Amino acid sequence: MKIFVHGIGVLGPGIDNWESCRRLFTEQCSYDDSVTPAPMPSTLPANELRRSSDVVRWSLQVAQEAVQHSQLDPKTMATVFASSGGEVGILHKICQSLDSSLPMVSPTLFHQSVHNAAAGYWSIASGSQRPSTSLACYDSSFEGGMLEAATLLSTDQEEFVLFATYDVPAPFPLFDTRPLIAPFAIAFVLGKHALPMSLSMLDITVLSEHNAKTPTAMVHTRLESLRLGNPAARGLPLLHTIAKNLTTSVFFNYLENPQLQIDHQPCRSCPD
Amino acid sequence: MTPLYFGYSTLVSSIGRGKQAHLTALQERQSGLRPCEFEGRKLPTYMGMVDGLDEVSLISSLRHFTCRNNHLASLGLQQDGFEDQIAEARQQYGAQRIGVLIGTSTSGILETENAYRHTDHKTGRLPAAFVPRGRYTQDSFSVGHFVREYLQLTGPTAVVSTACSSSAKVFAAASRYIETGLCDAVVVGGVDSLCLTTLYGFSALQLTAPGPCRPCDAHREGLTIGEAAAFVFLEKSPRNGNRQTTVFLGYGESSDAYHMSHPHPNGQGAILAMEASLQSSSLSTSDIDYIHMHGTATVANDQTEDRAIAAIFQDTTPCSSTKGWTGHTLGAAGAVAVVLGDLCLQHGFLPGCLNTNTVDPTFSSQVLLQNQEQTIQHIMSNFFGFGGNNCTLILGRRS
Repeated sequence: MKIFVHGIGVLGPGIDNWESCRRLFTEQCSYDDSVTPAPMPSTLPANELRRSSDVVRWSLQVAQEAVQHSQLDPKTMATVFASSGGEVGILHKICQSLDSSLPMVSPTLFHQSVHNAAAGYWSIASGSQRPSTSLACYDSSFEGGMLEAATLLSTDQEEFVLFATYDVPAPFPLFDTRPLIAPFAIAFVLGKHALPMSLSMLDITVLSEHNAKTPTAMVHTRLESLRLGNPAARGLPLLHTIAKNLTTSVFFNYLENPQLQIDHQPCRSCPD
Repeated sequence: MTPLYFGYSTLVSSIGRGKQAHLTALQERQSGLRPCEFEGRKLPTYMGMVDGLDEVSLISSLRHFTCRNNHLASLGLQQDGFEDQIAEARQQYGAQRIGVLIGTSTSGILETENAYRHTDHKTGRLPAAFVPRGRYTQDSFSVGHFVREYLQLTGPTAVVSTACSSSAKVFAAASRYIETGLCDAVVVGGVDSLCLTTLYGFSALQLTAPGPCRPCDAHREGLTIGEAAAFVFLEKSPRNGNRQTTVFLGYGESSDAYHMSHPHPNGQGAILAMEASLQSSSLSTSDIDYIHMHGTATVANDQTEDRAIAAIFQDTTPCSSTKGWTGHTLGAAGAVAVVLGDLCLQHGFLPGCLNTNTVDPTFSSQVLLQNQEQTIQHIMSNFFGFGGNNCTLILGRRS
């Protein structure tokens, strides 16, 4: 499945946006992960922002950045939101409030608890009435989301798909069930055709068992820990490849058996 | 889209186990709803509970998946010979060529609710036995992972979680997976089980009815939460020996972009989804014999859905909701309605709303209150979820 990258957003410890990520990969800067950003996406109205979860803030921040980067109208974009844990902070609060002699769930927490809460807030903020899928594939959520986005474009369902993948560590004690190393989020505006601003062409294939390859790793130790420590950060090797304009194949683990191969070509040399 | 054939299908809900039990209940108009008593708590509402889930025992290699939601999934897979049929299909296609796409809204959250009640008083930690099981129970992917392992399939697998449209959207995704060649066939399904989060959550939103839900009734008071597992095996060609089969013909998806928990008052998103489903199936409104409504029996949902239907259809197309039988099975509602629709197509009847006395006089659509014997070719089914997530599916009958 051949698709095009029109815009990117990224956020993680020591990575404020795509530009800082690109510089990290291309200018041999040292990676300082001591500061974790606290995103406040301007796309959310102030009253929603105030009560929004970390997951909504992280996902909408990268979504907003990718859309701005693409210079395209978000109303034209279907969305795929992929996350392993989804609204873990909200689930924690709900489980706490159910553990009481007078169990209750606040109505706000309840509608914020759905896995597609972030996608719902995005559609309201952006005004996009295009289709929206929220999915979960545990450690393969980045790969599962990318596949879903690619099938939407390859079946001529959509011209543009905003694909966001994100996970934040759950609060204690839920954290112990899934000790993610740090929050991380990536978004891509993907399209069916090459456009003047397109960055890359991706060709996505699911490999059969006997063609399996070793997943592409990050050379930098801390970035490699991040890649392995948050499902959304599994996309780091692709970001690295895009940043460095490499024409190469990137390999990803996808579930237990199949693997995902993404052939990357910078759009300087993309076919029309 | 290219039509996909129902190789096999099955379901479990509060009205029974397997398709025959559901056919009987639909035709004899027997509801599965009863007063809500769950986890030792009585709540002032009704529920659609599946009996016997505590007695389900998973085989030892899958025991780490033990939770109400996966018990429900396994009970579903055991009905109508489904697991054996998939084992045969696995031989035919190869395990790697069959995808697994499951919808759920709350997965095994009940396990986590219980774990929070047993945190260590000194350390605040969750029970040590629960911690490594979070991945296999509460995690959203758990049920997809479980079905994949249970059926020994290794094709592309995902869990779609878009609240009450989850297991409708897996049909759309399956169509795309097959069309792009990612798979030759897909096990699609929906599994959602009772938990305190949804029972108390919908109650906090004042959306649960004190009695059994009454879709489209003038005096409807809200929904009844149910639980269910339903599965369909979708493939490109009809099974040998199936003289008449149900086909999945089209889908439409949209977002309201309006509010997290209220539908757009004019049903704009619903209209977009219904129109897209007609386009995807190359059908027109006159081809649709029956509209299987989302019909949750909340004041807002049914009113919005009526407006949306009236905006597209002439007021002569019969429509109804089957929530009076099963309750609203949330993330499983899509797959449940599809298998119930499969039964209606194959047995030639339309189910009139159950528990409904008087249709809301403000409605313009043709709401059925009694069952009607009728040969039907095409059904349109609607699904609307929190976050303004809409999906419409079109099913048909092929000889």
